[in-house]
Amino acid sequence: MAGASKAVVDSRANLPFVYRQYSPEQLRQVLHTMYLIRRFEEGAEECYMRGLIHGTMHLSIGQEASAMGICMPLAEDDQITSTHRGHGHCIAKGAEVSRMFAEFFGKTTGYCKGRGGSMHIADVAKGNLGANGIVAGGIPIAVGAALSSKMMKTGKVVVSFFGDGANNEGAFHEALNMAAIWKLPVIFVCENNGYGMSTSTARSTAVKNIAERAAAYSMPGVIVNGNIFSEVAEASFKAVERARAGEGPTLIESKTYRHRGHSKSDRNRYRTKEEIEDWMANRDPITLFETELRDFGFIDDRGIQAIRDAVAKEIADGIEFAKASPAPEIATLGNYVYTEQA
Amino acid sequence: MDAAVRELSYAQAIQEAMAIAMDMDDRVFLMGEDIGVYGGAFQVTGDLVERYGTDRVIDTPISELGGAGVAVGAAVTGMRPIFEFQFSDFATLGMEQIVNQAAKMRFMLGGEVSVPVVMRFPAGSGTGAAAQHSQSLEAWLGHVPGLKVIQPATPHDAKGMLLAAVADPDPVMIFEHKLLYKMKGHVPEGHYTVPIGKAEVRREGRDLTIVATSVMVHKALDAASALEGEGIDIEVVDLRTIRPIDRQTIIDSVKKTSRLLCVYEAVKTLGIGAEVSALVAESEAFDYLDAPIVRLGGAETPIPYNPDLEKATVPQVPDIIAAARDLVKGVR
Ligand SMILES: Cc1ncc(C[n+]2csc(CCOP(=O)(O)OP(=O)(O)O)c2C)c(N)n1
Ligand SMILES: [Mg+2]
Repeated sequence: MAGASKAVVDSRANLPFVYRQYSPEQLRQVLHTMYLIRRFEEGAEECYMRGLIHGTMHLSIGQEASAMGICMPLAEDDQITSTHRGHGHCIAKGAEVSRMFAEFFGKTTGYCKGRGGSMHIADVAKGNLGANGIVAGGIPIAVGAALSSKMMKTGKVVVSFFGDGANNEGAFHEALNMAAIWKLPVIFVCENNGYGMSTSTARSTAVKNIAERAAAYSMPGVIVNGNIFSEVAEASFKAVERARAGEGPTLIESKTYRHRGHSKSDRNRYRTKEEIEDWMANRDPITLFETELRDFGFIDDRGIQAIRDAVAKEIADGIEFAKASPAPEIATLGNYVYTEQA
Repeated sequence: MDAAVRELSYAQAIQEAMAIAMDMDDRVFLMGEDIGVYGGAFQVTGDLVERYGTDRVIDTPISELGGAGVAVGAAVTGMRPIFEFQFSDFATLGMEQIVNQAAKMRFMLGGEVSVPVVMRFPAGSGTGAAAQHSQSLEAWLGHVPGLKVIQPATPHDAKGMLLAAVADPDPVMIFEHKLLYKMKGHVPEGHYTVPIGKAEVRREGRDLTIVATSVMVHKALDAASALEGEGIDIEVVDLRTIRPIDRQTIIDSVKKTSRLLCVYEAVKTLGIGAEVSALVAESEAFDYLDAPIVRLGGAETPIPYNPDLEKATVPQVPDIIAAARDLVKGVR
């Protein structure tokens, strides 16, 4: 997303990090993108219900501040690896929702030309090396990308997003260890939404906070409230600075919550209605950020309405684009298995 | 020394290829367990760390899954890693990254990326290393579209195919039989490539085609020499690549000899022999067959420790001689 801007304006000196670090225009843009993620997920869900999208999907509603906060300090050519719950990461890293919808509709105009769908959504041009169908699959790949950055001296920082469930995979531990011994410019972002499918972290994970696992790999382990944009962005900003300075990796645990079920098949039998409603009513990341922006005088109700309207149009246009796009020819089934060579 | 007759071992040939690849391209680097000062479990990387430094000859922790993933990630983002598994058996620990990530990334992303990673797998039995350090798992990987899987049988091919693999934009898996590492043979100086996907007729003959892989190529050639005296004229095809398989060379050879024997070290069932047999049965060469196709493969057991048992597990020259003779003489 946007790079850090200069001025620390005096009148903002006592405000949280992002209000000191970024311009009002940038912050309004953040609200726009968070709405874009929310409405994209809702739009995708609706298209799925209407049978326009097949397969399954994992919605990130409730986790928008986490995706946005982490991506905020990243430069356009910094890279991320993402997860099965990756729509928000993709948008936060700069993807166009029209091409994402097109991918979900299986069209040639989609980011993966209809070959990947929701679970492999990527946007290589914007540095998103892809979501992943394998829990923890992207973590070693991010370390490899960071190794490239170091060897090729590109200065790129790589972020690996993963869920709380992934921290019990061997790949997580192997990857963190290598990133630490080689001091690679990579940031591990565990989006702890409390559950891996139905299994709570209390039942799956021996440590209370996943960030504690950073100690085993001699890297900073930072816990943030993943529903507060400024907190997430501040932690990410520091980790990016550390990575760019060649000081090595950071593990950020972003504590958040998914409002929807794990995927389309979830009957929500492992958590209570009260718990879900509590998170939705009292800790919605968009409501929290919007309220803050308004309270601090960065936006008014008209401005908020303008953002909502613009996002609604972007989503409607994106779905139309996807619908109108061509499907791949069956004859192209064998494409992209191997690199086409002259 | 005269370049035309220069001999290197198979391991030296691979090492030379890796050095040439690193000299030609800054993006090429090596990763693996104990490949630095130790020189690799089979001394394939040898002293390369002294010439190229620890930044390009990287000792990884004992982390096959993570290590394979790092190699994949580096490949996708512009580097050209050559990743050594210490034993091919440990592919089982890296399978996730090989099969789900490396093989599919280009496809899943609609052609937006390539994964130019090379992975090397010291494979096979014959060293007394028992069941977990002696397997031949190439057909496992050969089953996966998106991968290329090769088994060079000579020092010449080991160098040329590795250089072809490094230049290849897609993931190439190299299975190197451990018994071949010390084998010497002619290896030209400098850069050259041996194409991936092309089998090689190692010996021409009229009576029988043996399609063999890796170390079995040499055993098949020994068997063919032994049968010469009996007037049996054997053609030996070195498959060299199992994905993509060179159908035409096999079909052409069988059309000429009318008999087919497949010889490979991996477990016989559901392996390369089944594939070669089936592709012949599906082709115009079927009409030329004068005898049923025969497969000689590994026994349906893990590789045992005891040396006699170990030998009995995989085809040996006398087994090939007997099978070839029976086939040509019509004994069933
Ligand atoms: C290796 C692997 N094991 C299991 C699964 C099935 N699976 C998909 S998502 C998931 C839960 C992951 O939980 P978490 O990492 O917390 O991410 P979240 O879904 O909460 O975002 C499981 C078990 C998988 N895709 N890959
Ligand atoms: Mg989770």
